[in-house]
Amino acid sequence: MSLHKNTKQKRVLTGVHFMLGNYAVVEGALAAGCDFFAGYPITPANEISERMASRLPAVGGKFVQGEDELCSIYAVTGASLAGAKAMTATASAGFNYMQEGIGYASAIEAPCVIVNVQRCRGENYASQADIMQMKWGASGDYEIICLAPSSVQELFDYTVLAFNLSEEYRNPVIVMSETTIALMRERLEIPLAKDIEIINRKYTSLKPKDYKPFKASEFGVPDFAPMGKGYNNIFSLNPHNEEGNINWDPIVFDKLYKRITGKITENRDKICRTESFYMDDANIALIAYGSEVRPALDSVIMARESGIKAGLLKLATVWPVPETQILEVAKQVETVISVEMNIGKYATEIERLCGGLCNTARATKNLGLIHLPEEIYQVIKEVCK
Amino acid sequence: MKRPINPLRKYIRNGKLPHFFCPGCGCGQVLSYFLKAVDELCFDLNKIVTIGGVGCTARIPIYLNTVTLHGVHGRTLAWATGIKMHKPELKVVIFAGDGDLASIGGNHFIQAARRNLDVMVIMVNNMNYAMTGGQVAPTTPENAVTMTTPYGSREVPMDVCDVARAAGATYISRWTTNMPNQTVKSLKNALKHKGFSLIEIVSQCPTHFGRYALKNGNPGVLLDWIKNNTISAAKARQLNSGEKLDKFIVGEFVNMRRPVYAGSTVYELE
Repeated sequence: MSLHKNTKQKRVLTGVHFMLGNYAVVEGALAAGCDFFAGYPITPANEISERMASRLPAVGGKFVQGEDELCSIYAVTGASLAGAKAMTATASAGFNYMQEGIGYASAIEAPCVIVNVQRCRGENYASQADIMQMKWGASGDYEIICLAPSSVQELFDYTVLAFNLSEEYRNPVIVMSETTIALMRERLEIPLAKDIEIINRKYTSLKPKDYKPFKASEFGVPDFAPMGKGYNNIFSLNPHNEEGNINWDPIVFDKLYKRITGKITENRDKICRTESFYMDDANIALIAYGSEVRPALDSVIMARESGIKAGLLKLATVWPVPETQILEVAKQVETVISVEMNIGKYATEIERLCGGLCNTARATKNLGLIHLPEEIYQVIKEVCK
Repeated sequence: MKRPINPLRKYIRNGKLPHFFCPGCGCGQVLSYFLKAVDELCFDLNKIVTIGGVGCTARIPIYLNTVTLHGVHGRTLAWATGIKMHKPELKVVIFAGDGDLASIGGNHFIQAARRNLDVMVIMVNNMNYAMTGGQVAPTTPENAVTMTTPYGSREVPMDVCDVARAAGATYISRWTTNMPNQTVKSLKNALKHKGFSLIEIVSQCPTHFGRYALKNGNPGVLLDWIKNNTISAAKARQLNSGEKLDKFIVGEFVNMRRPVYAGSTVYELE
């Protein structure tokens, strides 16, 4: 058979760009080694599919426009098991449909990256209302890694990181984008290919007869086996033992689910990334993620200018919850303010950790609009009263 | 004296037998027909990925010594899409029940056939949802009593082979568990086929469909019922639509070649 391949384009577009957020995701994925993408049209994630459709075949990958989100997420899982670094992208309403596939990918530990460009229900206004669905959408016991970029540069960087984490932990990783940054053009600097850290999944060195597809330490990650080389294992959603055989033994059940959740929660401190601004002497701390980091930082600067010792903890990783870092802040300050663009969802996680250590307040808003720095500043001032 | 070992035993995953199918179920026959076809073609099982969704038929790949994906209802062809895009050299074989393929996986089925995705689909049609206890399926004959149609089904059943033909599948045939030779021959044709192939195998479900719809749980009686209602494609052409009603028309309906789906690019056949 003859394959029409156009391998003329470069995989890593090193240099400085003025780029759309959705395009930065694509470039991040390609830089990380993505070689399969499946997606279904949905605004405001379309630019990801469109650029993938033109870029991916030109660097030797495969693009599929699925018949729906379910096809996309399962095609991604299938490709991942076949050895591909695979990704899909969708927006809030489409993310609903993908939950089923995320549950399966977690259960059989297929690395994959899902980009969810959050929007308001049915319209492309700004929102962070899917923050809980990122983690709690599918049935059964599982854990997710979810990253929250706040700029076009971070859309690139975190997409690379998402691929690395998914390969390292054999788990679906979600890049939680938002309308605000996805449809924004900003400066993007793409480093040299050799300067981008790439982590690839670990393949077994054992022969098929000795290999057990789900054998790992208590909270460890099992080794992969190449498909089509005699490693004939079952990848079933049902509870399975180390050999991959369906098994309903309570001990098997317990061991499996403690491991596939434990590999994330027990490695929480290695996975979680946060960034602190003006935190050294702060006695009021804002905790924000995603595009809300931008007005939050502005409001901190406004507070500092009027003599209030405010600081900001930016959560790059939202799931698993960066508990150590949030606890540290809670111990340091008098008040923690949760900033988010919904009715107040992640605030429950923050308040759970801060309980008894400091006061808590919320700066939440769900009007399809990002916070103005002044609005958050008002909350800071009220807390100071 | 040592007990003789079935020559097809080597294709069965270690420690997997006895299987979990009900006594008299057609799934065991389908498993055996598939292995005969594989054996006669000297097909390397290491180069086959088998996929099952959810249901009785979906359990067949669990017994095969292949890479197997299993456990999500209706998404078999979506998985296959991803696997074939990344590893086109592997043969993907899907075992799906009528509910799995025609109902919950219906759109994946139509779209994969339209694209001519290079996969082989074996649909075992037992005319009901058997694993869940015998509910009505898109293939249940009109007026049949099932657990969710206690007064008889008022829905017209779907001819899955006709749907596949309309969607653009390049190999389509239908047989019954009564017809081992024809089925094995057809499975061999499909294994060698490049493109979307569908083999529907009408099968008996003594536990549910037999007991509820036909008021008889004897597999032999069910096999006879299927046999008495089976007509060849040639004979069906001489009958009008009323006479064909509730008949299982068997034969090889489509066997053609056209370019195979390869994602955002297309590769031509040699």
